[in-house]
Amino acid sequence: MSAPSTTTAHAASMPRPLISLDRLHAWFAYDKPFWGKVKTWIKPVNNISLDIIQGECLGLVGESGCGKSTLGRAILRLTPLTSGTIQFQGHPIESLNASALKPFRPKMQMVFQDPKASLNPRMNVLNILKEALVLNREVDPEHHLEESVRLLSLVDLRPEHLFRFPREFSGGQQQRISIARALATNPRFIVFDEATSALDVSVQAQVISLMKTLQHQLSLTYLFISHDLSIMEQVCARVAVMYAGQIVEVQDSTALFNAPRHPYTKALKDAVPIADPLHKKDLGVLKGEVPKLSSPPKGCHFHPRCDFRQDLCQEQEPAPCETDPNSWVKCHFHEQLWKQGALKDH
Amino acid sequence: MADNRTLYTDMARAAAREHRQVRWFELKRLLKRKSAGLALIILCMTFAAALFAPWISPYPEQGRGDVNVEHRLLPPSSDYYLGTDIYGRDMLSRVIFGSRISIFGGICIVISAALIGVPLGLWAGYNEGVSGTLIMRVVELFLSFPSTLIGMAISLILGAGWYTAIIALIIPWWPWYTRLVQGEVVSIKHMLYVEAARMLGYGRLTIIFRHLLPNILTPVIVMILLDLGPAIIAIGLLSFLGLGTQAPMADWGLMVWEGAPNILNEWWIAIVPGTAMFIVVIAFNIFGDALKDALDSST
Repeated sequence: MSAPSTTTAHAASMPRPLISLDRLHAWFAYDKPFWGKVKTWIKPVNNISLDIIQGECLGLVGESGCGKSTLGRAILRLTPLTSGTIQFQGHPIESLNASALKPFRPKMQMVFQDPKASLNPRMNVLNILKEALVLNREVDPEHHLEESVRLLSLVDLRPEHLFRFPREFSGGQQQRISIARALATNPRFIVFDEATSALDVSVQAQVISLMKTLQHQLSLTYLFISHDLSIMEQVCARVAVMYAGQIVEVQDSTALFNAPRHPYTKALKDAVPIADPLHKKDLGVLKGEVPKLSSPPKGCHFHPRCDFRQDLCQEQEPAPCETDPNSWVKCHFHEQLWKQGALKDH
Repeated sequence: MADNRTLYTDMARAAAREHRQVRWFELKRLLKRKSAGLALIILCMTFAAALFAPWISPYPEQGRGDVNVEHRLLPPSSDYYLGTDIYGRDMLSRVIFGSRISIFGGICIVISAALIGVPLGLWAGYNEGVSGTLIMRVVELFLSFPSTLIGMAISLILGAGWYTAIIALIIPWWPWYTRLVQGEVVSIKHMLYVEAARMLGYGRLTIIFRHLLPNILTPVIVMILLDLGPAIIAIGLLSFLGLGTQAPMADWGLMVWEGAPNILNEWWIAIVPGTAMFIVVIAFNIFGDALKDALDSST
């Protein structure tokens, strides 16, 4: 179930979600006392409800430290959950233990930010791929070698790379090996956790086009996590904006860029520099500090930094409000702001 | 598809064949490394000397402990190449016979300590829960006493003898490895490749042995090699106190301890076994260093 209450008529016409999160919480104890209760909780994933639709590439954007990566890890059950549910292809997986999770693990993979650190320096490419291939029941162990060659060719690497070690590759190649490993288990869903952030721009473009090609070839579903809004527009059709442990807006990426509905999305968008020396613009830098994840503000988490705040924002947390199918915004006054055109470019 | 399959198979086989050639070439190059080759020769000679001591010593019965009082405290000469000790025994024969206990005992102590300490350290580093904490508290308990003191106490309980001395020294020795490994594991266990293995659904033991152990092996090998000298000395100390090697037999540490007080007059008594120990430990270090580089694919 997605956060805005979807009518049954809607649900029938809508594509089936591959993953569906409902009121997901992943909190960490900041001070774990020997005795008694935890006083301070860090709340990087704080009441998140979200549907990831089969075959889509959903972007997840937000400032660093807002909980994007933790959400990605929480969906893959790499981080302990506090409460809420995760459904993968309709199966609840939030409370499965390690052995019960085993059948689901190969179907959900992740590509990490730092390509160098995500490959064991003591294993050559063949062993790295084999480790994942073992979990793919459809591949006969006898065919692991040729299957590895096939995986390498999928990510534009050559068979002679099989016996090299991670240090012998460039960052872009290492990231492609990571992608090959993620593909080895024949997954349905891949989380790209800032997968292109550590690469330089030309390599970024290569990896992104590779990702897109593979998504079409293998009909994959992606969650693409990034702090870079400009990449989002190229890569994802739908983008979720995260702020202080919560998702504040989910929108089509073009709509999000042209007509943001949440004041925070607008601020994020304004912070993207424009490569034009004649374009003089107030960068619209947000006032105030990013709230602490341990004590987010009461009411709407964004209200202390919001230009449009009113009394209600300080007291009541806004409910997600559907604007289009599969799009919603969490703001008390989004309709008003929309009518006034307050979030449009001047 | 079938064509693809055969194409991939051919490509994979070609890659595998080429890889075999490359590997073989690298192995040859390692053996060409001069210092490592020399160290290996010295180690082989030492092992051979220890093994064939009765046949290659000039005075095998003196090596075993027969006294020869009329020739006591002779400096090195053509009769006694490395001089004689306080009972007139040939130092060369004594050193050759002493290498049996010293080298075997030293290796035995450090290898056993590593075999006990490393797995515990891996476990304690990866699991920070009750079991890990418990292991580390026990380790700290051991480390808070001087290891030789614990060794002496255990040796007293177990009774004198060179093999009990070895056991008595393993017991205070392993916690050092646990602490080293635990620290290393804590620093690499949050690496993304460990996370990736967890994401694939592998359990603790697979992660520990496939991903953690190979990446913490380098400092362990270095520590094993550096510990050989102190281990040989420690056996000698226990022997000197009458808890280790018993009187007519010898080990290098014991000989150094016995010769040390008179090093200004009868210098050869302490210097000869000391030099032997020095050469063997250096040879172990050089060879281990080369071995480490050969095994290390990450640098």
